[in-house]
Amino acid sequence: MRVDAVVIGAGHAGLAVSRLLSARSIEHVALERGEAAQSWRTQRWESLRLLTPNWLTRLPGLEYDGDDPDGFMTMPEVIDFMDRYARLAGAPVRTNTRVTALRPADDGYRVVTDRGEWTCRTAVLATGGFNLPRVPRLAAGLPNSVDSVTPYDYHRPSDLAEGGVLVVGASATGIQLAEEIHASGRPVTLAVGEHVRMARTYRGKDVQWWMLRTGRLDERFDEVEDLARARRVPSPQLIGSPERRTLDLNGLTDQGVRLVGRLAGVSDGVLQFSGSLRNKCQLADLKLGRLLGEFDEWARQAGFNGEFGPAHRPEPTRVEDSPLLSLDLSRGEIKTVLWATGFEPDYSWLEVPALDRKGRLRHQGGVVTGWPGLYRIGLNFLRRRKSSFIHGTEDDARDLVDHLESHLRCRVPAAVG
Amino acid sequence: MTTTATPVANGVNVEALLGARDALGETPEAGQFTWRATNEWVHGTHSRSSVEGYFGLGEEHEHKAAYGFEADHPLVFAAEDNAATPVEIVLVGLASCLTAGVAAVAQNREIQLRSVKATVEGDMDIAGILGADPDVRNGFSDIRVTYDIDADASPEDLEALVAQSQKRSAVFDIVTNPTNVSVAVA
Repeated sequence: MRVDAVVIGAGHAGLAVSRLLSARSIEHVALERGEAAQSWRTQRWESLRLLTPNWLTRLPGLEYDGDDPDGFMTMPEVIDFMDRYARLAGAPVRTNTRVTALRPADDGYRVVTDRGEWTCRTAVLATGGFNLPRVPRLAAGLPNSVDSVTPYDYHRPSDLAEGGVLVVGASATGIQLAEEIHASGRPVTLAVGEHVRMARTYRGKDVQWWMLRTGRLDERFDEVEDLARARRVPSPQLIGSPERRTLDLNGLTDQGVRLVGRLAGVSDGVLQFSGSLRNKCQLADLKLGRLLGEFDEWARQAGFNGEFGPAHRPEPTRVEDSPLLSLDLSRGEIKTVLWATGFEPDYSWLEVPALDRKGRLRHQGGVVTGWPGLYRIGLNFLRRRKSSFIHGTEDDARDLVDHLESHLRCRVPAAVG
Repeated sequence: MTTTATPVANGVNVEALLGARDALGETPEAGQFTWRATNEWVHGTHSRSSVEGYFGLGEEHEHKAAYGFEADHPLVFAAEDNAATPVEIVLVGLASCLTAGVAAVAQNREIQLRSVKATVEGDMDIAGILGADPDVRNGFSDIRVTYDIDADASPEDLEALVAQSQKRSAVFDIVTNPTNVSVAVA
């Protein structure tokens, strides 16, 4: 079958692209391995809520219209939102159609699936940025007596063996899972490397409100100082909860979670933790202080001061005098290691040589380098700081669909500005 | 093992060390030492360190003299190369510690040493310190020490000597195991 465009993936990004393509009458199909929004249905733990408040959760043509604008969607609510969007967008989605290969073809690309093949002049990879849990190589050194679990295997604390749990990584995933697992009676040790400390609310407003209003969310990929770094910054320590509460390392310490340094090695059944915990916490405290300082300065210049609560700084992260440096697994204290060490995209089906030596797609703001007509959407800081958020999809999708349309029409696409 | 007719003399006072170990059994707090150095920036990446006093056996001590160390970075890092690189000084510390251990263990095992030479190599990918690749660590990826020892002992005994030296080496422990480090601004 031949179409102008194939969108691979019908999650929020694929559906948004599809809607914009339809609006421009560009003939296309969106291929989805399962049901629309498949990973939201299957690869998330039960208690997870979005990290973005409802008022900011929107896609091209659909905004939140419920009665809790300051709340955070649960996963069933996210799936409802996506189902509504799929119906609204009238997207030509082929569900249960798994793409097994995308390869160059005459005048474009050939997309091979388990339900037939498509040829197209343009293709948009909307397959998500979090397909595979990233597990460090040292995991191979764990003894068999300890369960090694990724966030995709995990749905609720009772999935885990009774006993202690080492959570590796202190991003949003790590701190959320550390909290609920510890609360289930499984004592948690949290290995903390570089992390981004955050406050849920500041001076009465959600941190995403500040990020949006101060323009940080709209910072562009071609404006930011160190793009490679901006793209790999761990997800900020945030939780979406009905109470709009902040969850940080001090909160976890208060609940009895034990903090240790970055997991540096596993040697003869002994876990080794870096002695850099104090430094990593200090860096994160300083960085949060600078961010809040920028918010204060923006509020002052915008003349907002009277309307908000007073400026303040969170308590510095408390680190005990001598954090644990090694833990002998043969003592049986730790039954499970949970790898909250990030996720990465799966390109195993991509037969276009567009990856760099580390397996990352080469692209300029979503325009795949060296492969005209090939696009990527839905990666961290793809085109803007907000690119990985649901609400960040719209601007990226418009830019890329503009480019795609020029490619189809003139064969000499205008530079995406 | 070959034994020598004359008493082994490697210059290490083993009796004093073993005596110290016994004494610590009675007064373990005497074993708490604090080692110190000061470091001062000179220019560019060049700095000068000094080691003078230390605390141990319950009181302050002074070295016989203040010992100085210079450190800099090499020309390929666009520095002036006034002295060894700090990471080379770490290798020096490791080799010095292991060699001291070899001599002490040899003395205790009555092995006469004639010469002990160590070669140390540390591999490093500078993509780490340059921040070019987050998957590359800043420090050494691998350190190799090779000993060339001329002594009255079998190859097996020399292997055991070097192995025991690693087991009791402070610097070997420092580079192979994590340590809590706090750096503050006064």
